[in-house]
Amino acid sequence: MVKNILKKLYIFLMFLFLYAPIIVLIVYSFNDSRSRGGWKGFTLRWYAELFTNSDILTALYYTVLIAVLSSVISTIVGTFAAIGIHGMKNGYAKKTVLNLNYLPVLNPDIVTAVSLMTLFKFLRIEFGFVTLLLSHITFCIPYVILSILPKLRQMNKHLPEAAMDLGATPFYALRKVVIPEIMPGIVSGALIAFTLSIDDFVISFFNKGVGVTNLSITIYSMARRGINPVINALSTLMFVSLLVLLIIINKKDEKDANSKKRGENI
Amino acid sequence: MKMKIFSYPYMLWLVIFIVVPLLLVFLYAVTTTENGGLQFTVENLRRFLDPNYLDVLWVSIKLALQTTIITLILGYPIGMIIAREKPSKRNIMVLLFVIPMWMNFLLRTYAWLTLLGKNGIVNYIVTLLGFEPLDLLYNDGAVLLGMIYNFLPFMVLPIYSVIEKIDNSLIEAAEDLGANKFEVFTKVTLPLSIPGIMTGITMVFMPAVSTFVISRLLGGGQYMLIGNLIEQQFLWVGDWHFGSAISIIMMIFILIAMAITSKFDDQKEGSSGLW
Amino acid sequence: MKKVKILLLIALVAVIGLSVAGCGSNKATLNVYNWGDFIDPEVIKEFEKEFNVKVNYDTFATNEDMYVTIAKGGTNYDVTFPSDYMIERMISEGLLEKIDKNNIPNLSNIDDRFLDLDFDPNNEYSVPYMWGTVGIIYNKNMVDDIVDSWDILWNEKYKGQILMLDSQRESIGVALKKLGYSMNTRNLDELEQAKEELIKQKPLVYAYVGDEVKELMVAEEAALAVVWSGDAVAMMRENENLEYVIPKEGSNIWFDNMVIPKNAQNKELAEEFINFMNRPEIAAKNAEYIGYSTPNKAAKELLPDDMKNSPVAYPSDEATKNTEIFLDIKDVVSIYDELWLEVKSHR
Repeated sequence: MVKNILKKLYIFLMFLFLYAPIIVLIVYSFNDSRSRGGWKGFTLRWYAELFTNSDILTALYYTVLIAVLSSVISTIVGTFAAIGIHGMKNGYAKKTVLNLNYLPVLNPDIVTAVSLMTLFKFLRIEFGFVTLLLSHITFCIPYVILSILPKLRQMNKHLPEAAMDLGATPFYALRKVVIPEIMPGIVSGALIAFTLSIDDFVISFFNKGVGVTNLSITIYSMARRGINPVINALSTLMFVSLLVLLIIINKKDEKDANSKKRGENI
Repeated sequence: MKMKIFSYPYMLWLVIFIVVPLLLVFLYAVTTTENGGLQFTVENLRRFLDPNYLDVLWVSIKLALQTTIITLILGYPIGMIIAREKPSKRNIMVLLFVIPMWMNFLLRTYAWLTLLGKNGIVNYIVTLLGFEPLDLLYNDGAVLLGMIYNFLPFMVLPIYSVIEKIDNSLIEAAEDLGANKFEVFTKVTLPLSIPGIMTGITMVFMPAVSTFVISRLLGGGQYMLIGNLIEQQFLWVGDWHFGSAISIIMMIFILIAMAITSKFDDQKEGSSGLW
Repeated sequence: MKKVKILLLIALVAVIGLSVAGCGSNKATLNVYNWGDFIDPEVIKEFEKEFNVKVNYDTFATNEDMYVTIAKGGTNYDVTFPSDYMIERMISEGLLEKIDKNNIPNLSNIDDRFLDLDFDPNNEYSVPYMWGTVGIIYNKNMVDDIVDSWDILWNEKYKGQILMLDSQRESIGVALKKLGYSMNTRNLDELEQAKEELIKQKPLVYAYVGDEVKELMVAEEAALAVVWSGDAVAMMRENENLEYVIPKEGSNIWFDNMVIPKNAQNKELAEEFINFMNRPEIAAKNAEYIGYSTPNKAAKELLPDDMKNSPVAYPSDEATKNTEIFLDIKDVVSIYDELWLEVKSHR
C-alpha cells in the first residue's frame, strides 16, 4: 500500500539524516590527512595511533564509567522521585518541586557548571571524580523525571490501589504493577541520561579534578589545533561496537520471543 | 497513597544541588563586587534592559520556538511509527535513533560542515546531477537544521514511550464505532499522547533557548544568542554578576513561556509542572 | 535489556577494580595542564621514564577556561601554558609562583628577543614555549590582488569569500590595525571606529569562525581568512594553493609560556619539567609535532630545513616589525564585549 511505502520512506529519510554525519566521521577516519579539508587517500594509521595514545584511552574510560554510573544512579533516584512527585497532591508544593526540577534542563550549561562549581568551592569539597559524578547526576535526574512523569499520568491510578486492596504491600505494588507500566519511560529516561552524560563538556570541565577527564573535554581542547583524526577512529570503533552489541541483543530477544512462542504452543 | 515518601530523598538532593546553586546565582545577580565585598544592586538586571540585549533574547527564543515546532512536526510521526512496530524491532529502532547522539557533539557538527559546504558532499552530489551548487551553510537554514538534528531524539523518545502504551482496545473501539483513520488519530491517539508531547516540548524548547554552539558553528557566528552572551560574561569578561543576572532574567522569561504552553495541557490530570 | 545492562555494569566494576589495583605506585606525580594536542606524546613518556615520575596530563580549550580552573582553587596543577595577556593577568592576581631560574639552566637556549617581554618583565614567572603571529591566509587561485594589507578583507570583490575570527580581541584588533591604531588601545574613540569598520565589513564576511577555519580554507570554501601562523603552517601542508602573509600595518605576535601556578604541589619537579622541555632535542620534537614556532634557538637549528626556513613559521624581523603582543585588557574588557555585541547584532 502507498501508506506503507510512505512510512518506510519517511523512516529511511530520517535515519539517513541522523546518520549522514556519522558516515562522514567514519569515512574520514580512514583519510590520510590531519584535516577534514579533502580526501588524501586511505590509511589505517589513525587506528594504530589510537592504541598507543593513553590520554585518549583514559578519557574514554572515564567517559563511559561516568556515563554508566550517572545514568544508572539518576534513573533509580529519578524513578522514585517521579513516583513520589506524582503521588503528591496537586498544589503549590508539587508545582514548586517540578519547577525547581526543570532548572538544570532550562539553564545554559555554563550556568549549571559555574553554580555547581561555586557550590563545591563553598562546601570546600576537593574537585575530582566525585564532584564530576555528582554534577552529572544533577543534570541527568530532571530528564529522567521528565520522561517518567507522562507515563505515570497515563497509568491508570487505580491499578496500584487495586493491587494493594488485593493484599499487596506498597513496595510489592510498586515493583510488580507500577514499574512495569512505566518501564518505557524509565528506559527512555535512562537513554537520555546516558546520552547527555557521554557528551557533556562545560559542566564536566568546571567540576572535575586533576587526572580525571572525559572524551568531550579532550576533543574540545583539541579544536584549537585541529581535531586529531585519532578521535574519528575512536568514534568509528565505538559506533561499530555499539552496532554489534545491538545485533547481539536483537538476536537474543528474537530467540527469547521465539522460544516463548514455542512454549505457548505446547 | 504513601507513594509520595519516595520523593523525599530527591527533595533533599534538589535542595542541595539545585536550590543552593540557584540561590548562589541569584546572589551574584543582585550584587556587585566592590571594595572586596558584595554590595546589593539592581544595576546588573537593569543593564539587561538595553535594546541590544533584549534583541538577543528575542532571537534566541524565536530560534528555539522554530526548532521546537519543527521537531514536533517531524518527530511525532516517527514516534508513532516506531511505537506501532513489533516489540523486538521497536527497541532496536529506538536505540538506533539514539546512538548517533552518543558520538561527540562537536564532531557531529563539524561533519555537517563537510556535508553542507560549498565544496561539500551534498553539493558534490548536486553538481554531479548537473545543478548549480547550493548555498547550504552559514545561514538560518543551516542553523535550524543543526538544531533539529540535535534535539529530534528528545522529542521522539517521550512521544514514542507514551504512544506505545496507548491501549489498543481504545483504538479498536473507536474504529468499531465507525471512526475513520483520521478521526481515530485526532480524537483518540493525539489527545492521549499529549503528556508525551508536553514532555517533548519541554525537553526541546528549554535547552534550545540557551544553545548557541550550533549557531556559532553552522551559522557563522552571524548573530549573538543569549547562551553565548551568558557564557561570554562568565568566561571572557569575567563579570559573573552580569552573567548571573542575564541567566535569572532568561529563566523567568522561559518559565513564563512554558506556563503559557502548559495551559494547553489537560488540566484535569493535574499539572506536569509550571505554575 | 536489563540483564545486559547489569552484565555491563559488572564488567565495568571489574575493570575499575583491576585498574585501581594497578595504580598502587609510589612515584612522584606531576600535574600538567596544557592546550589540547600541544605536546609530542613521546616527550611525556620520555620525561616519565627519565625522572621516574607519573605525569597527569589534562587539557583545556581556551585561556579563559584555564583561568577559571586555576583561579577557583581546589586543583593543584604544577605546570600550565597560558598565553601572554593571561600571564599578565595571573601575575597581577597573584596566581603564579616565581620561577627559580637557577633550576632552569636551559633557559639560555631561548632566543633573547623572546625574553623580558612586557607581560612578564625579566621572565620572573614564565618561560617561553611556543610563539607565532596572526596574519592573512589566502588561496592564490582565488585572489588575484596582491595581499599585503588588512584592506583586502574589506574589498568588495571578495564578498562572501572572507572568513573572520569569531573572537573579540582578534577581530577588533584587526580593525584597529587597519586604521593604524594599537591593538591594545583603551581610547574609546579608536575602539568605536574599529567597531564601525567591522560593521562595514559584515556584509562581505562569509562567516565568523573559530578553529574550523583550518578545514574551511583547506577545502577552499573561502578565499581569505585571518589565522594564527601555527595553523597556517598546518593548512599550507594540506593545500599548496594557500599562502600566508603578515600585513604591513602590523599584526599580533603571541606567546604561550610555561608557568607554575601558586598551588602547585611539586614546584621542584615542575622546574625540572620546564628545564627538560627546553633541551634542544625535546623542544625540537615538540616543534615538529605541533608545527608551531619554537622560541628555543638551539632547537630551531635541529629542525628540518623546510621548517626552519619557513617565512610563515619563522618570519624575518622585517616582517614582524609592526607586531604587538596582546596586553591584558581587564579594565576595558566589558567595552570590547559591548562593541562586539553591536557588531554581531547588526543586521
